[in-house]
Amino acid sequence: MLKIKDLKARIDNKEILKGINLEVKPGEVHAIMGPNGSGKSTLASVLAGRAEYEVTGGSVEFNGKDLLDLAPEERAGEGIFLAFQYPIEIPGVSTTNFLKTAVNEVRKYRGQEAIDTVSFLTMIKEKSKIVDIDPALLKRSLNEGFSGGEKKRNEIFQMAMLEPKLAILDETDSGLDIDALRIVANGVNKLKTKDNAVIVVTHYQRLLDYIVPDFVHVLYKGRIVKSGTKELALELEEKGYDWIKDLVNEGSEV
Amino acid sequence: MSGNTKILEEITSSDYKYGFESAFESDNAPKGLNENTVRFISAKKNEPEWLLEWRLKAYHQWLTMVSPTWQNVTFPAINYQDIIYYSAPKQKITLNSLDEIDPEVRATFEKLGISLDEQKRLSGVAVDAVIDSVSVTTTFKKVLAEKGIIFCSLSEAVHEHPELVKKHLGSVVPQTDNYFAALNSAVFSDGSFCYIPKGVRCPMELSTYFRINAANTGQFERTLLIADEGSYVSYLEGCTAPMRDENQLHAAVVELIAMENAEIKYSTVQNWYPGDKNGKGGIFNFVTKRGICAGNSSKISWTQVETGSAITWKYPSVILKGDNSIGEFYSVAVTNNHQQADTGTKMIHIGKNTKSRIVSKGISAGVSQNSYRGLVQVMKRAENARNFSQCDSLLMGDKCGAHTFPYIEVNNNTAQVEHEATTSKIGEDQIFYCNQRGIPTEEAVALIVNGYCKEVLNQLPMEFAVEAQKLLAVSLEGSVG
Repeated sequence: MLKIKDLKARIDNKEILKGINLEVKPGEVHAIMGPNGSGKSTLASVLAGRAEYEVTGGSVEFNGKDLLDLAPEERAGEGIFLAFQYPIEIPGVSTTNFLKTAVNEVRKYRGQEAIDTVSFLTMIKEKSKIVDIDPALLKRSLNEGFSGGEKKRNEIFQMAMLEPKLAILDETDSGLDIDALRIVANGVNKLKTKDNAVIVVTHYQRLLDYIVPDFVHVLYKGRIVKSGTKELALELEEKGYDWIKDLVNEGSEV
Repeated sequence: MSGNTKILEEITSSDYKYGFESAFESDNAPKGLNENTVRFISAKKNEPEWLLEWRLKAYHQWLTMVSPTWQNVTFPAINYQDIIYYSAPKQKITLNSLDEIDPEVRATFEKLGISLDEQKRLSGVAVDAVIDSVSVTTTFKKVLAEKGIIFCSLSEAVHEHPELVKKHLGSVVPQTDNYFAALNSAVFSDGSFCYIPKGVRCPMELSTYFRINAANTGQFERTLLIADEGSYVSYLEGCTAPMRDENQLHAAVVELIAMENAEIKYSTVQNWYPGDKNGKGGIFNFVTKRGICAGNSSKISWTQVETGSAITWKYPSVILKGDNSIGEFYSVAVTNNHQQADTGTKMIHIGKNTKSRIVSKGISAGVSQNSYRGLVQVMKRAENARNFSQCDSLLMGDKCGAHTFPYIEVNNNTAQVEHEATTSKIGEDQIFYCNQRGIPTEEAVALIVNGYCKEVLNQLPMEFAVEAQKLLAVSLEGSVG
């Protein structure tokens, strides 16, 4: 589904990604972990097509297409979804209205007809149950005045509505208490099928108690320095990141 | 912002859709302005002596006045001798049915999306259509007449309801009020007249469409709207003009009178030709709009969506004379390319417990200049007056300007006056967030702008909200959920 080869990217002339290699297949959950400043969020942003990041090398193939050649909205149309670490507020635009526009734009991209209002409202009703989101919240301006938990829940609700092939969750656990974390994680799990994939970007292991990854990758200084299964996350939890740093700094094979 | 700016430019520089010119014959006054021009217009309309005198008084006053210079706009001096002050599409003098309207005139309005066909008018909007200087047709007259509502051209009202016209014309905006109002009073050609009798709730939206067609003409229409005790009316006005290289002058006057417990809602979607991308051509829109809450507990609400005109100079105001009366002003003013707007309102609190609310949303793009200018005045005996003003500016790109000039004069210490102002830019983050959800940048900007203007757009009646939404290329907020 997703093939990243030797991906390099920089921002403001500072190289952040120094050659990432990663392959994600349908039905898989990958966790990307690493200390602050290792390039985790940059990777998420580059995959989504954020303009501030300049790709300086490598390739990204998504379902046979050159992802780097597509505009952000085309990537969304192809089925890439990014749950933002800091969801953006849009005053005066309700979540419902925002999503109706988004759903129809994605449908348009895929050559489908616009969804009618009745089907859309039914869809809203069904999907809002997945993350247990208050319908009143959906009528309010997008993310404006939402609590941290509400914002993150709203991200997963949007994911449910847009039914992506590949969802990238960027530090979705940050700022969440344990109850909110459980609800958000349950939402992600309910949306999981054998045909879609998830990349979970996180600093801490605790989210992975709820969203269990098939693979864990450790990102450090712009490279994936170690890959493993969910046990690797537990090892990191126990030993911290210094262990990885030491390994890399000593120049050992990892 | 470079990516944004480019797209904003594309959006905001889309072509003016109403720039066609219709080829019907018209009947013009000779170019230029002098006493004879005033007499010519008055004679064309077969006006009574008092009205001619009224016009001449305005004309002589105008000669002594100078064009205002305090507004934050710049334009070359207008040569008032180079303008045609009266232009009417030639047609039969009396129309027995809509079928007799000149097919070209009819086609013009169809192009504008305004059907004059009553059979098709199921939406329940009565239309008065003004092309160049004269009112072409008024629809639904009979239905309205059953309720005692008078809705016709001002020229017609002069002949058929002289007592009402004589009593109220110039009572809110006197002939000598300001330079452009004086000019209008001298040469106004037509406009709409509306009277809602006591206790009547007007069953449909009343609407006037203004169209400048002929070249070198000025449009000087005058609207007079009287809501008698306990009545209600919602009135809409829309305007377009052909694309021309030279500037054309539009100097209108609108007067509203609300008696005790009456309510007037007046909405405008102004889309006069704004000039080309280099600032060539476009309408000078110098308009005086004022309403008086003459009776206790009356209410006047102005809503305007201003997207057109090379220059807009316009301050729809409310004189809150009656106790407990309410004045409102909701405005979206968009300027782009070389457009200039200096617009706002005046809320004059005279009566006790009067309330006013001002919500102004300015959007500037290109190299345009957009100013809000508003006066809140609380007079001595206006006990417990309340005002809330909110003036927001949204900037697109870094070559445009947004300005706010609030004036507050309080002469009664029980008054409460609040003013809030914000300036913002559309954030790259907001656009990217929309993009990531599949929304292309053009639609994203429309969505964000729509959200920004929502408070004002929500004030518009449905029929106009649609047009305003199209104009702002906005999403369908409220159609879902």
